[in-house]
Amino acid sequence: MTGKTFAEKQLSGKSGRDVHAGDYVEAEIDVAMAHDITGPLAFQTFDEVTGSDGALFAPDRTVFTIDHHAPADGVQAANNHNALREFAAEHGAHQYDVGDGICHQVLVEEGHVGPGDLVVGADSHSTTYGGLGAFGTGVGSTDLGTAMATGDLWFRVPETRRFEVEGDLPEAVYAKDLVLKFIGDVGFAGCTYMAAEYAGSTVAALPLHERFVLANMAIEMGGKAGIVEPDERTARYLEAQTGRAPSTDVDDPALHADPDAEYVDVHTYRAEEIAPQVSTPSNPENAVDVGKVEGTEIDQLFVGTCTNGRFEDMQVVADVLEGEEIAPNVRMVVVPASGAVYQQMLETGVLTTFVDAGAVVQSAGCGPCAGYHQGVLGDSDVCLATANRNFPGREGSMKSSVYLASPATVGASALYGEITDPRRVDTSRYDDVALAKGARS
Amino acid sequence: MSTGDDPDPATPARAWVFGDDIDTDQIIPSRFIVSSDPEEIAQHTFEDLRPEFSESVRAGEFVVGGENFGSGSSREQAPLSLLGAGVAGVVAQSFARIFFRNAINLGLPVLISPEAGRIRDGDEIHMELDTGTIVNHTRDERYEAEPLPEFLQSIVERGGLKPYTKAKLNEQ
Repeated sequence: MTGKTFAEKQLSGKSGRDVHAGDYVEAEIDVAMAHDITGPLAFQTFDEVTGSDGALFAPDRTVFTIDHHAPADGVQAANNHNALREFAAEHGAHQYDVGDGICHQVLVEEGHVGPGDLVVGADSHSTTYGGLGAFGTGVGSTDLGTAMATGDLWFRVPETRRFEVEGDLPEAVYAKDLVLKFIGDVGFAGCTYMAAEYAGSTVAALPLHERFVLANMAIEMGGKAGIVEPDERTARYLEAQTGRAPSTDVDDPALHADPDAEYVDVHTYRAEEIAPQVSTPSNPENAVDVGKVEGTEIDQLFVGTCTNGRFEDMQVVADVLEGEEIAPNVRMVVVPASGAVYQQMLETGVLTTFVDAGAVVQSAGCGPCAGYHQGVLGDSDVCLATANRNFPGREGSMKSSVYLASPATVGASALYGEITDPRRVDTSRYDDVALAKGARS
Repeated sequence: MSTGDDPDPATPARAWVFGDDIDTDQIIPSRFIVSSDPEEIAQHTFEDLRPEFSESVRAGEFVVGGENFGSGSSREQAPLSLLGAGVAGVVAQSFARIFFRNAINLGLPVLISPEAGRIRDGDEIHMELDTGTIVNHTRDERYEAEPLPEFLQSIVERGGLKPYTKAKLNEQ
C-alpha cells in the first residue's frame, strides 16, 4: 500500500477509517462557519433537521461573521445580520459583528482553527485554513446547516496535486504571484475535486500571512482544499495570535504527507524564475507576467479581501505610497480584512499614509470584492485588485474589467495610474517590506 | 417561471445551453443573493448573461453547461435559483465541486456527460436518472452520463441531505 497524502490522512483520522482518494466518508467536523450571506439559509436547514429545540454539535466551535454586507447596505442585509445575532445568542455560538472583519481572517486571527482541524465554512474561500495545516473546505448552506446539527458531513476523499517551489523569491514577488502562476498553469478547473499541496523550500520559508494566500486561492483552480503542512512557523504564529501553543504537535506525522504518497502529478518551480503576475479579465487562470500588461490604464485600485487584506499587505502598499500621491486618474479603495488589521494600520501610521496619498479607507469586511457595495464598478471601469476573482461582473457591471495582482503590483500601479511592474519602483521602498516578511513569521 | 408543479426530469423539454466556466456570479449575480427565497432570486437567474432567461424559462426545462459549470462561490442561491425557476435538471460536461454538492443536497438532478456539448440551445431533451442517460429528441441521440456514486445515490434516494440527516439524527 502506498503512503498517504495530507488529505487522505486528515479524512482517515476524522472518519476513523483507513481511506484513500476516491473513497466516500462521513467525517467529524472540528469547526463550522457561516456568514451573513450563507448563514440565514443554513439556519433554516438546521431548524428543519433538528426540530424546534435543536442544539449545535459544539457551540464553542461554531462561528458566525458579518462581513459581506458590513455595515448593512440595505434593509434585507440588516435583517440577515439580525438573524445571525439572534441565532448565535440563542444557541451560544461565536458571533463576530460589523467591523470585526472577514470570516477567514477572523477565524485564523482569533485562534478558532489549528493544525489538523477539519473546518467547513459556508464560503468557498474556506480553503484558507489550509495555510495553518488544517483541512478547510467550502460548502453550501444545506451542508453547513446539517453539519451544525450533527458535527459530521460526507466527503469524497480527494486526489491531490502537488506544487513544489524551491529557492528564494525575487524582490517584489510574493505568494500571490506564485499562486496566480499555479492557476495559470493548471487552469481554472485544474484541481476540481482535488486538494492542492504546496511544498518546497520556498513555501517553507513563507510567513503565515503568505501561506494563507496560497491556500485561499486553491478554490480558484477548483480545489477542495489547499494545504501548507504545519511547522515551527505555524506554531509561532498561533502562539503570537492566541498566547498559547497549538493543541496539536506540528511535527505529528498525521499532519504530514508520506514521502511515498500518490499524487495526480507534481508541478515543480524555481522561485527565481517567477515574475510578478497579473490575471487579466475575466478569469484567474489568465495569469501573465506583469510585463505583458504594463501600461494598461486603470480606473480603480482595490486593496483588501480574504486573499490580500492583511496588515502585511497594507504595509507593502503603504511603503510604496509613503510620501507620494496616487495618480490623479485613479481612485484607490482600501478595505482591511479585519478590525485588528485596521487597528494595526492606525497604530503604525499606515492608515495616515493611505489617506495622505489620496486613498479611501473603509471599515473592515469584504468590501467591493463580490460587487455588493463600497466601490462597485461601472460599465467602462477597469480595476486592479488584490482580490481572488475577476469573473465577468464580479465587482459590478458585466462590462467592467478586473485584473488581479499582488499588493506590490497594485501599489506600484497606483503611483503611475496604469499597470506597473513593481520592480520598476525604487527598490529602497521595499526595505520595510522585507522586514515585514520576516518580523511576523 | 415555475408553475409550482414538481418538474419531472423524465419529461422532454427545452434545453437552455450555456458555455464553459459558467460561474455562480453569472448564475445568480451577487447583488441578489441577499435573499435566499427561491422564487424571488429565480427572477434574476442568469440576468446579466441571458436576460431573457427568467422571463421565458418554463417549469420542467433544462440547463446545459459545458466544462466546469457552477465554479466560484459556495452560494447555495445558485442551484436554489434554478429550482425556483422550475428547472428540472442540469447537464454539464463537468461541474465545479461545491455547486455539484449543493445541487445533490437540494435535490436538483445533475448529470455529468462528456457528450453534453452535442446539445444545442432549444433542443428537446430529458434525463433518465436511474440509467444515467440523457435523451436528445431533437437530434435523436442518447448520451451516457457518469453514474452517481453509491453513497450519493443513497442521499438522493432519501430526497436530499435534509431528509438523510433527519433520518440519521432519528437513529441516534
